[in-house]
Amino acid sequence: MLIRTHQDGFIHPLSSEITSPEAYATRRQLLRQWTAGAAAAGLSGWAQREAFAQGGGVAAKLAALPATQSQIQGAMTMEKLTSQQDATTYNNFYEFGTDKSDPARKAHTLKTSPWSIEVEGLVKKPTRYNLEDVMKWGAMQERIYRLRCVEGWSMVIPWMGYSMSDLIRRVEPLPSAKYVEFITQADPQTMPGLRGGYLDWPYVEGLRMDEAMHPLTLLTFGMYGEVLPKQNGAPVRLVVPWKYGFKSGKSIVKIRFVEKQPVVSWEKAAPQEYGFYSNVNPKVDHPRWSQASERRIGEGGLLDKKRKTLMFNGYEAQVASLYAGMDLVKNF
Amino acid sequence: MLRNRLRQPQAKWVLVLLSLVPFAYLCAGVYFNNLGPNPAEYLIRASGDLTLRFLCITLLITPLRILTQWPEWLLFRRSLGLLTFFYACIHALCYSLLDMSWAWDEIAQDIVKRPFIAVGVAGMLLLTALAATSFNAAVKALGAKRWRQLHRAVYGIAVLAILHFFWMRATKRNFDEVWLYAGILGVLLGFRVFHFTKRSLWKVS
Repeated sequence: MLIRTHQDGFIHPLSSEITSPEAYATRRQLLRQWTAGAAAAGLSGWAQREAFAQGGGVAAKLAALPATQSQIQGAMTMEKLTSQQDATTYNNFYEFGTDKSDPARKAHTLKTSPWSIEVEGLVKKPTRYNLEDVMKWGAMQERIYRLRCVEGWSMVIPWMGYSMSDLIRRVEPLPSAKYVEFITQADPQTMPGLRGGYLDWPYVEGLRMDEAMHPLTLLTFGMYGEVLPKQNGAPVRLVVPWKYGFKSGKSIVKIRFVEKQPVVSWEKAAPQEYGFYSNVNPKVDHPRWSQASERRIGEGGLLDKKRKTLMFNGYEAQVASLYAGMDLVKNF
Repeated sequence: MLRNRLRQPQAKWVLVLLSLVPFAYLCAGVYFNNLGPNPAEYLIRASGDLTLRFLCITLLITPLRILTQWPEWLLFRRSLGLLTFFYACIHALCYSLLDMSWAWDEIAQDIVKRPFIAVGVAGMLLLTALAATSFNAAVKALGAKRWRQLHRAVYGIAVLAILHFFWMRATKRNFDEVWLYAGILGVLLGFRVFHFTKRSLWKVS
């Protein structure tokens, strides 16, 4: 009989393989520095963002959100991260205006605490949950996802959250529930963009149940090691990495389980341009521009060629089976 | 006072230099790399905006001349038209170079496939025709009457420019600026219609 002791190298990794506590504690800093290419550039850009977010006042960092690296297939791309500065100042969040610099300038009015999520529709027990409780329903993971905007640009962002499926299992949807609808915050007092009338508010997004249950679908509470900044959809948003960015609703207040495919906001606004699925697909063009390529924000010089867009944004191996046999041109 | 200033030969050069300030600003932005996270998009949009603005300023000359009854304004019309053409060229250059990386086959496909691009290209071609015939020799060669007829195409260019801008903004469903420019161009064109029909009515009676 083989007796294993704690001294066995076979069971325990070599001590040289163990990351030192110092290196572990500063790993995010390291990531940030890589992001900007050089340590000096990284830190100065970061300091600028801090000053910007505070209107030049005292720099206050957002609260840290501890998370462990995700083990899920495809959840940790090795691509170079987009700088935190770019990811938090170049946003589409029409509730704060249609210009991509609007959210960073105007979202400070959003009140994110107290925050609750109402779970309703075809569930065992429709309930309103406090955000603090919802945050405990899954182990917080860090995931590095590609983000492809329907407008033709992309980023690589480290998010913090847990799989949406953890929440769905917890709230116990009825067997008749076939789709999940995500309803986001629409408060005219704090969201100046609502007056623009660009869309029907509140902004509504939706997924098929199997899409929502896919482990890559992330219920997101943080990015870059911190809780979500307001302009990125604080305090809780969705991230569905194989779909165009607008499918990932921000500042979610309601999750509704339904039987029929919901009509989502952009589909309602322009049905010939935006479909329910909106999977990233280089072969299906938007009526007004090609989707074959994308500009990676912060990558390369002004004259560099754009990069090729990947099927399902590079998550084909993980998600293609969800759409087996479906006509993706018709179901765009 | 102002009228005397307008008559001075330096006036035109002051106008041209002032009009190139936005261009210098864009060049500096490229050089110092401070045009934001997506500089290519910034340059394409900014050059398009500038083209529209210069088109409006160019079309303001005739109403100014009529309202003030100072023919001096006409000294600036050609320069302003050429400046509009200059910014349109920058716009087209940014699109074909920064967005399409000189891929001619893809640009050709883009024009055929997307009415929004086709409308922009049509406007650009018309504008090129007007810029190419903007010299005195061209006026002489065409004859004043035919030259004037040709240069009425600027009204068509204004319509195409607004349509191009409208289609572009349709994604954002934010038409505030589209209506602003359409309103300004509408007033400028409406003024002409009102003024010239009134005058021709007088002629008849």
